[in-house]
Amino acid sequence: MKLTGAQALIKSLEMEQVEVMFGLPGGAILPVYDPLIDSSIRHILVRHEQGAGHMASGYAHATGRPGVAMVTSGPAATNIVTPLCDAYMDSIPIVVITGQVAYSVIGTDAFQEADTVGITMPVTKHNWLISDAQDIPRVVREAFHVATTGRPGPVLIDLPKDVANAPMEWYWPEKVDMPGYKPNVKGHPRQIKDAAKLINEARQPVIYAGGGIMLANASNELRALAELTGIPAVTTLMGRGALPDEHPLCLGMPGMHGNFTAVTAMQKADLLITLGARFDDRVTGKVSEFAKDAKVIHVDIDPAELGKVRFADVPIVGDLRTVIEEMIKALKSERSKQDPPDLAPWLATIHDWQERYPLKYRQEEGGPLKPQFVIESLRDNTPDDCILVAGVGQHQMWASQLWKFKLPNTWVNSGGLGTMGYAVPAAVGAKVGRPDRMVWAIDGDGCFQMTAQELVTAASERIPVKIAILNNAYLGMVRQWQELFYEERYSEVYLSPDLPDYVKWAEAMGCVGMRVDTADDVVATIEKANEIDDRPVVIDFRTDWREKVYPMVAAGSSNDDIILGPEFGEGGR
Amino acid sequence: MTLGPSPHHILTVTVENKPGVLSRVAGLFSRRAFNIVSLAVSPTDDERFSRMTIVVDAESAPLEQVVKQLNKLIPVIKITEVSPAEGVERELMLVIVKAAAETRGQVTELTAIFEAKIVDVGYDAMTIMVVGEPEKLDAFSDLVKPFGIVELQRTGRIALPKLARESTRLRSVKTARA
Repeated sequence: MKLTGAQALIKSLEMEQVEVMFGLPGGAILPVYDPLIDSSIRHILVRHEQGAGHMASGYAHATGRPGVAMVTSGPAATNIVTPLCDAYMDSIPIVVITGQVAYSVIGTDAFQEADTVGITMPVTKHNWLISDAQDIPRVVREAFHVATTGRPGPVLIDLPKDVANAPMEWYWPEKVDMPGYKPNVKGHPRQIKDAAKLINEARQPVIYAGGGIMLANASNELRALAELTGIPAVTTLMGRGALPDEHPLCLGMPGMHGNFTAVTAMQKADLLITLGARFDDRVTGKVSEFAKDAKVIHVDIDPAELGKVRFADVPIVGDLRTVIEEMIKALKSERSKQDPPDLAPWLATIHDWQERYPLKYRQEEGGPLKPQFVIESLRDNTPDDCILVAGVGQHQMWASQLWKFKLPNTWVNSGGLGTMGYAVPAAVGAKVGRPDRMVWAIDGDGCFQMTAQELVTAASERIPVKIAILNNAYLGMVRQWQELFYEERYSEVYLSPDLPDYVKWAEAMGCVGMRVDTADDVVATIEKANEIDDRPVVIDFRTDWREKVYPMVAAGSSNDDIILGPEFGEGGR
Repeated sequence: MTLGPSPHHILTVTVENKPGVLSRVAGLFSRRAFNIVSLAVSPTDDERFSRMTIVVDAESAPLEQVVKQLNKLIPVIKITEVSPAEGVERELMLVIVKAAAETRGQVTELTAIFEAKIVDVGYDAMTIMVVGEPEKLDAFSDLVKPFGIVELQRTGRIALPKLARESTRLRSVKTARA
């Protein structure tokens, strides 16, 4: 069967069971948009290419399937670099297709030419420039394989216009043959045995669960491991929901804005069972002061993570689900030979911390609306399987701290890159992937202004996402740092609560816009928003600009120097 | 330029012979802040693959991390570490040395001592080719410097592991015991 390169590309995407893609056409990708009309694939027309990339990422977060975005060459390709980098840092599988100028004119500075493969090399797991239409099915097959296996990540296919127009003989490769790409899935049995031995001897162990749990679909296994051993677990910013927050062994989020118990349990641990986490600086604080007495078991599918930041006493390369299963078997046999130490004193210490140092804030009667109150009200008035999306900054930290995640893949945020503006498009992508779920985004006023135009996409495609703007009229996190570390010298952080008028803006974009000024109106307005299912909703919550995120470990400090905040009295230490 | 005493590792990396591979490797080194001391790329007996010999500054990054990150590059097929003590390293240098009539004899003599070769002779200069271990090249360039070096080029080192000098049977017995 003879096809054009463009037809082969669309057919290849269909073969990969792509149901939806996010994109925006332009000159160099025109040939591919023609056969798209006849395809089963739903295309969502974005308003900015960055939106397409983050939507693909939100889709992947919520569904576990790769998200697909397609844009044209040059400026469109450079606009999608941010989402690629974002997905690269958080190991999110997305496949981005970019148009390119004709192969014959590459290198001549043709109109809308950019060296897309060169530009995106450091922010993709791999990328391809296709020079022959005959390669298209093979490259698409390889791209999806690379994006979704091993440590997942973004990939990019750059397709020159003349290649898209060239004829090819259709085929579909049964197998992928990539001699340089063979992820190791099965953990080494001896290492697993060594890990089991360490776990069975530990007196103050902590499970350090990261986003890898979600990527490996291993939350059931994590729960089984925790319950078998009675070992408490922290869930990192990317790992929130890996173990339900209401589980008695879940300690919540560690790190710079983690709760006291999660941070301190890691600091005092004698063993860190690290599962799909990467000792990010936001978790460790000053590395040399981090969990100094802890031995480390580190399980990751990416060998390069093992020993990158922290020496691992037992490094294990493998798929988390398989490795945890094997670890549980090894533990059972270990425990049949020798009883583990009693963890009761350790758990008692932890419970004591939880009692003494909870997350605290105060919503005063008639006082300014606290952002934390808005988040808790949302949490308590949305279904258990609600997907929560966040941008980056104070609102993101409060959301991660205060939400009670009950299921994996219900938390979508930009962890590693910290991409402001992530929430709106990611929420749209998540809702497209899971139309059966309610999707709420908690966003900051600064973030919202970066990508709000994707609500036009949502309105026109009837994607009913709900956005709660915590409008404190500031770039809040930057303001917090200036207050604490730059002697309250506020430099370029004020945004104004009324400019833009968020309600009018929402309405102009085809959404329902509402505004809440007082705590009394919060729940009723959320309930009203929950009723709306035919268009997006934006609520402008006017929150107290003085509020800061606590606890906090200052950048570069030891996690021992955690600051609890004013609710805990003088200095809050 | 002295390469000898600085701590370095030699990696011989078999890569797919495809466009952009050098850029991927070089990009990785710069992005991860690993320093390259020298880099040589050449075809192999199998046209599907090329071989890169990368000399890495051992102080800029732990070798393990360099190797692991390199391994993640999809066109990278195989990485062999050759520690300087266990490898055979060679490098080629072309150097144009001033050699007027009165000093030509001395330069020629040095060339002979180093088993180097005069590959081009001009009115008052000669081009000399030196092959050998990088330290030998260092020594030669130091010695001819007083005569005046007009231009100097080195290929960067290539390396292969030293071969075993005992039978494989004996070696397997030893490893089993260890």
